[in-house]
Amino acid sequence: MQVMPKWADVVLIPVISLLLAALLSALVIIGIGEDPIAAVGLMVQGALGSTYGWGYTLYYATNFMFTGLAVSVAFHARLFNIGGEGQAMLGGLGVALVCVYLPWPHWSVALIAAGLAAAVFGAAWAAIPAYLQARRGSHIVITTIMFNFIAAAVLNYVLVNLLRPKGSMDPASQRFPETVHLPSFQEMFSTADTVLFRGAPANVTFFVAILACVLVWLLIWRTRLGYEIRAYGHSETGALYAGISPFRITMIAMLISGGLAGLMAINNVMGEAERLVLNATEGAGFIGIAVALMGRSHPFGVFLAAILFGFLYQGGAELALWTTIPRELIVVIQALVILFTGALDNMVRIPLERIFLRLRKRAG
Amino acid sequence: MDMLTIIQVLDSTIRLSTPLLLACLAGLFSERAGIFDIGLEGKMLAAAFFSAAVAALSGSVWLGLLAGTAASLALAALHGLASITFRGNQLISGVAINFLAAGMTVLIAQDWFKQGGRTPSLLTDGRFRGIEFPFAIGPSEAEAAGRPLSELIAQANFVQQIYSELISGHSILVYAAFLAVPLTWWILFRTRFGLRLRAVGENPAAVDTAGVSVIALRYSAVAICGVLCGIAGAYLATALQAGFVKDMTAGRGFIALAALIFAKWRPWHALYACLLFGFLQAVALRYQNIHIGNFVIPVQVMDALPYILTVVILAGFVGKAIPPRAGGEPYVKER
Repeated sequence: MQVMPKWADVVLIPVISLLLAALLSALVIIGIGEDPIAAVGLMVQGALGSTYGWGYTLYYATNFMFTGLAVSVAFHARLFNIGGEGQAMLGGLGVALVCVYLPWPHWSVALIAAGLAAAVFGAAWAAIPAYLQARRGSHIVITTIMFNFIAAAVLNYVLVNLLRPKGSMDPASQRFPETVHLPSFQEMFSTADTVLFRGAPANVTFFVAILACVLVWLLIWRTRLGYEIRAYGHSETGALYAGISPFRITMIAMLISGGLAGLMAINNVMGEAERLVLNATEGAGFIGIAVALMGRSHPFGVFLAAILFGFLYQGGAELALWTTIPRELIVVIQALVILFTGALDNMVRIPLERIFLRLRKRAG
Repeated sequence: MDMLTIIQVLDSTIRLSTPLLLACLAGLFSERAGIFDIGLEGKMLAAAFFSAAVAALSGSVWLGLLAGTAASLALAALHGLASITFRGNQLISGVAINFLAAGMTVLIAQDWFKQGGRTPSLLTDGRFRGIEFPFAIGPSEAEAAGRPLSELIAQANFVQQIYSELISGHSILVYAAFLAVPLTWWILFRTRFGLRLRAVGENPAAVDTAGVSVIALRYSAVAICGVLCGIAGAYLATALQAGFVKDMTAGRGFIALAALIFAKWRPWHALYACLLFGFLQAVALRYQNIHIGNFVIPVQVMDALPYILTVVILAGFVGKAIPPRAGGEPYVKER
């Protein structure tokens, strides 16, 4: 039964949930003896007050768009992919192999190849949990969690024993050659007399992420496959009656999801670090969960939520730099967003539905 | 490898299994009642911080244990609120709780102690000390003899070595954790409460029809889970180590979850699974890479083995792991 108008479902509930999360975050900041308004001012100044700040905000946002889309696509098939972190790690391995061991004439060719490798590695890492879910009934949440830990061990092994250059103590791959360097925003947008985005890591991958948002939108709402994924997500039995194979949809949705998570690596590994380091993902795979929940699994929502989290990340780093508030404040905010937009959704929804019902009765 | 080394590895197995076991039994209660809990890690972490913080401030480890348990219970209540009262997604709630604990512990630690997100190191009264059994060689004998403890134990006979090193000398929480296994079995399989708790995880509608409150049962299961996670976290920070450091649970909550699946949601099997995973941790801690002939097992394999084994079990290759049937489903009374 559709109690609420669509705009309330799509806009009002997320906004109220977000406000609740923001309110509690403010209380947390007060609790540790800081001024929340000053903190927000500092965050806005640090993340959005300069092209440098924007360069970081958009860099983080690029990561979160990929992982947010990854979680979203799985959500549409009613699969909860917590494994974005591990899939993104493996994506990084794919990027590193392509960039270190193959010669590339130009970054654009290298970007396509590295993107393909990242997606294939990420998808492969998602394929096993997907298969186990579809064929053996193993719960995908548990298997993807386990695969995150296994991915961390695999990466640790590969970096320490295989990819590390001789004589180096650092568990990291060698630096990628100059030819695969992706143009940063600084190189793309600076003019002869003004330097923009100085030293910020945002790079051409940002546009790849936007392209991914558009493609995912087309896939989910404009193709037969997307329709099948959504149908399966709404009702498994219904989909079965319509001749949709659960095995096929589970596999395809998870492969796309893992591929998107893996794609994140072209931003953080190829675009920023230009070598593969331990823990290159820095939890971006998990932030994808918050981004997808907040964006209501819609690519446009994911785009906005990713920018918001990019802002929070960069703003949080600035806070840690100038105040005594640790960076972990962002983890708390992230937790509150997941809590209110995800787990406590009904806490906002049920009272709102009552209000709308009453309004409707009065109108009728 | 001599006998004493083996005993020492087993001793460290017991120490490392204890937090896994407590968290695993915590998850057992919750999941048997139909509430999935991937927030074991977060609850343990919160308990570890608050137990260490209060023990450091008050100098009493028991107050610390109480505070840690209270913190874990508060998060359990949040999980209950989200997944029972508001019928939200239990997995998402668990994820949120893990992040909440990871962030809040560092935030509060920095605010209280200003030591970069850790608590001060705990002194003797702030920690659970080992209990020396009668006739066991412990620190007091070593002091009396004026020689190091390791030397005394190395010279003792085999039985004495096992008794002194392996059985005696653990903190009270270790013995409590091992006693919790038969207690859990008894509660779940020999009491009315246990029967109802299991029933509510399999078929809540039937329990409801019998006039027993599904909500009260599930909340009590979640509360027991909170208490056990609290003890597990307190053990980490006040017995296994001396103080809290950022992210000190280091995935133990997830290993406990893995052990729970490995044990197929049964108490005695949970003990065996936790001992196995604790053993893997103990071996990985003591040896880096293991050489068997020309073959080398890298340390990363030992790190990943609990997770790999769990995936294999989940895949149903070694018997099928079937979770409680109503697990993860919020109960809706009226249709």
